[in-house]
Order: sequence, then structure tokens, then C-alpha cells
Amino acid sequence: MKKLSARRRHPLAALVVLLFALAVTGGLYAAFAPADKAQADDTAQSLAIKEGKKLFAVGCASCHGTGGQGTSDGPSLVGVGAAAVDFQVGTGRMPAQQPGAQVPRKRNIYNNAQIDQLAAYVASLGPGPSVPDKAQYSADGADIGKGGELFRTNCAQCHNFTGKGGALTNGKFAPTLEGVDPKHIYEAMQTGPQNMPSFGDGTLSPQNKKDIVAYLGAVNGDKTASPGGMELGGLGPVTEGLFGYIFGLGACVAVAIWVAARTTKAKKS
Amino acid sequence: MSNETTATTTRRGQAPRGERIADWADGRLGIYSLAKSNMRKIFPDHWSFMLGEVALYSFIIIILTGVYLTLFFHPSMAEVTYHGSYVPMHGIRMTQAFESTLNISFDVRGGLLIRQIHHWAALVFLAAMMVHMMRVFFTGAFRKPREVNWLFGFLLFVLGMFTGFTGYSLPDDLLSGTGVRFIEGVILAMPLVGSYLQMFIFGGEFPGHDIIPRFFTVHVLLLPGIMLGLLVAHLILVFYHKHTQFPGAGKTNNNVVGMPLLPVYMAKAGGFFFLVFGVISVIAAVASINPVWAIGPYRPDQVSTGAQPDWYMGFAEGLVRVMPGWEWNFWGHTINFGVLIPILVFPLVLVAIAVYPFIESWVRGDKREHHILDRPRNVPTRTGFGVAWLVAYFVMLIGGGNDLWATHFHLSINSITWFVRIAFFVGPVLAFIATKRICLGLQRRDKDKVLHGRESGIIKRLPHGEFIEVHEPLNQEQLHVLTQHEQPEPLELGPEVDENGVRRKLKRTQKLRAKLSKGYYGEDNVIPKPTVEEYKEITSGHGHH
Repeated sequence: MKKLSARRRHPLAALVVLLFALAVTGGLYAAFAPADKAQADDTAQSLAIKEGKKLFAVGCASCHGTGGQGTSDGPSLVGVGAAAVDFQVGTGRMPAQQPGAQVPRKRNIYNNAQIDQLAAYVASLGPGPSVPDKAQYSADGADIGKGGELFRTNCAQCHNFTGKGGALTNGKFAPTLEGVDPKHIYEAMQTGPQNMPSFGDGTLSPQNKKDIVAYLGAVNGDKTASPGGMELGGLGPVTEGLFGYIFGLGACVAVAIWVAARTTKAKKS
Repeated sequence: MSNETTATTTRRGQAPRGERIADWADGRLGIYSLAKSNMRKIFPDHWSFMLGEVALYSFIIIILTGVYLTLFFHPSMAEVTYHGSYVPMHGIRMTQAFESTLNISFDVRGGLLIRQIHHWAALVFLAAMMVHMMRVFFTGAFRKPREVNWLFGFLLFVLGMFTGFTGYSLPDDLLSGTGVRFIEGVILAMPLVGSYLQMFIFGGEFPGHDIIPRFFTVHVLLLPGIMLGLLVAHLILVFYHKHTQFPGAGKTNNNVVGMPLLPVYMAKAGGFFFLVFGVISVIAAVASINPVWAIGPYRPDQVSTGAQPDWYMGFAEGLVRVMPGWEWNFWGHTINFGVLIPILVFPLVLVAIAVYPFIESWVRGDKREHHILDRPRNVPTRTGFGVAWLVAYFVMLIGGGNDLWATHFHLSINSITWFVRIAFFVGPVLAFIATKRICLGLQRRDKDKVLHGRESGIIKRLPHGEFIEVHEPLNQEQLHVLTQHEQPEPLELGPEVDENGVRRKLKRTQKLRAKLSKGYYGEDNVIPKPTVEEYKEITSGHGHH
């Protein structure tokens, strides 16, 4: 202490104190100020966009153009929003393996962070629907009955009564909704991927979408009970007829053969 | 009979109780003589003769389960809001018909199982009838004296289709409502009368409030009543004609070789009924059918993909699906060929198989009775026609399920539709030719077997070094089976000029008949079966093995 008090009149003492005070204030500011955090996020966002752009250049640009403006091989991505990217890449549809009637679902090769980066980049190209958060698509507070009615009115024409999928023209198809992440179902309604029309919030309100997602979870989810026994694909009379022919009549014929083979034989005299 | 009764009463005063009951009944119903002539009726044994039994038993099962279902079903189109046990349907408006179907499925004890047995049994019933019909067709069991019974059976199949369809429509779920809408379209497509007929049947604009109650009456009363009558007639005729049998040792056109109805067939048939019931119950217990709770109630503004009828109506669905949507508009009228042509083709396809027995007997000029069945290969033209018919039928089933073929085999639905359009015309022709060639090949093989015996697979080396395959001669019964069939000569038109040298006038039908007859029995359409001389020469051992 003596050493310190001896130097307190040193010509540079004021400078030292000033520096110290600045450092403390700055440090505390950096540690506590919310504005500071936002600034850091902004950096992350721009970083994500930057990273996303790199990923885009490698995986997407060959069809969608280097700036996402679209080419003859792929549509423009300006304004499709983060939700579309999250859906297309998250379900493995994009990047597409080959052009065709429709790009099928396949194994997703990007991790979540990369998908977010791609989404951030595409979202930066123009305003569009953002990725929904869990509260929007969770079944809490949803009306399943209403969801079923909405599903049958808007979706069943292509996706079948409980979302088992169906055929469209020229090799296109409405895929099965079995085992699809509720988030992706929600995003598909928002963005209308591929041959699907989009159901914006003006057509189907967020609550409507939530109801539909909840209905699908109830009738076509992992825990859906099938009170009648095996579902046979849930495809209706075609599979039922096939099953009835092969196993119903087939078993009856097998039994008939068995009965006919076991008969009282006339005794040979 | 009365003599015996007097004898017993005078000797002992009182006959045993069972005998007195039998006497009482016989005196009033006359069942003794009926039973005497029928109890010992002989039936031949073959599994394929039991296909009709499968149909009969599934029909009985349908009636039994159907009666149970009527106890809980409300055939009403009045609207209600659902508050039952199935949560995903809560608060949905539906008709009472649909609500009561949900209640049967979830709240009535055993209701879902009975519903599923009823529906699975219906599918098996129609399938069994069809397969039974094909057995009768390919073995020629429809020939005299059984043509009328063939028609009864055919009518049972057609009525079964419509009974099934009306039953399919009753629950008023989204699937069945779409089917009713389809029928409305069919009715409207009828020129001139369509719209009047539609108003009459539906009691107003679609869907109205009448169609379910009306279908209910048709489904539980009208059609099953007619079917029951036809079924009894069908069985009486089977008894009256006696059963046909496959050729074999000791089997002639004038006898039936088999086991008596009582006790052997009573036991077998009774047991077989329970086996069929068991099979259908097991299937109903493990496999869901028409899950109305997943399908939802019918609303005219809703429709789902994959909306198909049950299989027996599938070929009608196919006809409509693959028909181009042509229509004519004139003087304020529309003729919708897209639906009209399919509904004209639909009965034609069915009638084609129904009238076949009459065409064949006309072509053959054959008025004799036949109780020995044909082996399908020995009548290549008939067999070819049958296979061609089946190909047309099943091609249309593919058309009816074109969307599922597309999704499950990753094909384009348009290509499938075009395939069906072409295959409906080309497929039967190819099938006819191929089947005929196969039949002739099999006939050649039969001939070879008769003359040279069965290839035993044993290679023998002769002393001088030659290798031969040992052929085992057939036994007498096998020879009989392979050679018993007749090979009629084709119909001849006779000389072109009569005894006075004047050209004979031939009717066009006569010419056609001769031509068809040639198609049946002409040189290229039959392999002459080995003659006795041929057989003797070859088996006499001169340089043959």
C-alpha cells in the first residue's frame, strides 16, 4: 500500500486511473448491456448468411443460380423465405438428385446448423415466411376434430383421408404424410412446395394449420391406434380387396383342399 | 308308411317318443319321402366343388352378422353433432347413419368385430362366387342340363355386386358418399331420362335425405330377399341335376361317384361352414376394413384421393376412369360419353360371360346332357375365351386402381391409363391366342404321354452304348383320363349345290355357325387324340421302348 500511496502523485497516475476506469466501464458494458448482445447476434446473422451463401454456392447454385435468382433448371428463390428452405432441405428433397416429375423425399445430408445458414441466406434474398416455432405447430390447444374437417376439405383430395398419399398427373404425386415432422407439415402448408398449392395465413389461419397438424398426429402418427386391426396401408378398398382375395378366399380354398383330401375312403374288398 | 305306424301302435300301444314326433311331422309335411330320396344323394369329392360352398357359407355369415348390425344402425340422414367415444371426431356434424356406424364401431359390444366380419365376408362372398363361376366355366359344367342354373348363379353374382354396393354406401362416410355421388353421375349420364331418374331416386337434389333409407331397404330386404330365393333355386337344381364329376375310373355320364350326403357330406359341409366362419372371423379380427372413423363423414364438398369401390365394382370404376371425357352438347342437352359408354360396356362385359353357354351349345349343335367335366385343355376355344374375359376384367381392375399403381410402382398415372385403354382391347386377343396355343401344347403332351409313357428321369445305357431315357407307361386309369374326351367333327355346310345342281342358299347364320364350329374343332384347333391302333403299334414293342 505504501508503494501505491507513494506514487499517487506521479504525473502518469491520472492516466492510469483513466485507463482503468475505461476498462471497467467497457468491460461491464460488454458483459451486461443488451444492446451489446444484439450487436453480437447481428454479427452471427451476417456470419450465417455468409456461411449460407457458401453452402448455397456448392449445393444449390447450379440450378437456382449463384444469387438464387433461378435458371432454366430451377426456380428463383427470392422471397420463398426460410420456411421453404427448412422444408426442402430438412426433408432431404433439396438438393435434388435429378430432374423429374417431382423431387422425392430422401435422406437429409445437411446438419441443422447448415440448414439454418442456408435458410438465413435465402431469407436475406427477399421477405418470405420464416421457420415456425414449436408453439405454432405443437398439438397443445388444437382442435383435432376441426383439423380433420379442414384436412378433408383442403388436403384429402391429393393426400388421402388420413394423409397416406396419392397420385397426381404424369408421375407427380402427393407424398404420404406418415412420419413427417409436424414442423415440415406446417411449412409445407405455408410455402406450397413443388406441386402443392400454398395455404398462406389468409387461406388457412395459423390456428387452422395447427389443427390440421394435430389431426394428422392423431390419425397418422406413431402412436395412432388402429381399432380394427392391421391398417393394410390405410389405402381403402383396393388393398382390402387384394387382402380379401389372397388371405380370405385363399385361406378358404386352402381349407377346402384340406377337407377334400381327408375323406372316408371306400374300403377295397 | 301308414302300415308301419299301425303295426307299431297295435303291437306296443305306444311308439317311442322320437318316432311319434317324426310321424307327426311326416303326416303333415311329407318329409320322409323327400328325405329318403335326398339323404343318400351322392356327391363327388374335389376341392374345387367346394368353392360354391364357400360362397354359400359367407352368404349365411353375412346374413347373421347383418341382422346384428341392423339392431344398432339408424338409416337416417338427419344431421347430428358427434360426442361419442372417438375423440378425433368430436364436434363434427354428421348424419345419424354415420354416427350410428361410429357407435357400432366404438360403443356397441362386439360391434366393430361384427361390422368387420360382415364386410370381409362380403368381399369373400363375391370373390368365392366369381372363382366358383370360373370353375364352372372352365370345366364346362354349364352345359346341358345346367344352363339355367348357370344363369341363376350369374344373377346371384350380379345381385351380390349391387347388394354389396348398397351396403358400402350405408355408413355415409366420405368414401361411400363419393360412391353414391358416382352413382348419381351414372344416372345423370343416361340420355333424356337421367335428370328425372336422379330426382326420383334421390328424392331431390343430391344428396337429399332419402337415399340412405332407400338404400337400406334395398340392402337388407329387397336384394337379399331375391338372392335368397335364387340361392334356394340354385341349390335345388344342384340336387335335381346331381353334381358333375371329373373324368376318372368308373365315372360315366350316367353315374355319380362319391360319398352320400348323410352322413359324410353333412359332417363335411357342416364342419366346412365353421371353418369358413373361422377363417373370416380371424381375418376380421386382425385386419381393419373400411375404417369409417379415419375416413370421416360424407360432405358433398369434400372428396379424397384413393376413393374406390369394393373390388367387385372395381372394373366399373376402371371403365369410367380410363374413358376419355367426351361429351356432346346440342339443343341444351348434354350427352356425356365419358360416363355413358362405360355404363353400356359394363353390362356387356357381364352379359358376355352369361350368354356363353348358349352360344357354345348353338355352335356345337350339341343337345346332349353332360355330367362329366371337361379338362380345360381339351376345349381350347372355350378356355381361351374364358381367359380373355378374365384379362379384360382384370385390366379394368388395374384401371380402377390406377392411382395406387402409380404411387406404389412409381409410374405415371397417365401411362397406366393409356396402358389400360389399349390392353382392354389388345390383352384379351393376345390372351386368347396364347391360351389356345398352351392348350394345344398340353394336348400334344397328353398324346405323347399316352403313347410313350411318363418320362421317368432314369437314363439307361444299352449294351451297344446308346443312352435312352426310360419311359414309364401310364396305368389304365391315367390312360382313361387322358383319352376319354370326345373330339367332335366341325359342322359341315354340306355340298354347295343340291341334287339338281342348283346353288344352295345358305343363311348367314349357318355360315357363321360353320365358321365358329371350325374354330372349335377344326384341324388347327385340336390335336387328334391317339387312336387305339397308334397305341397298339407303339406299345407292341417293335423297336420301341
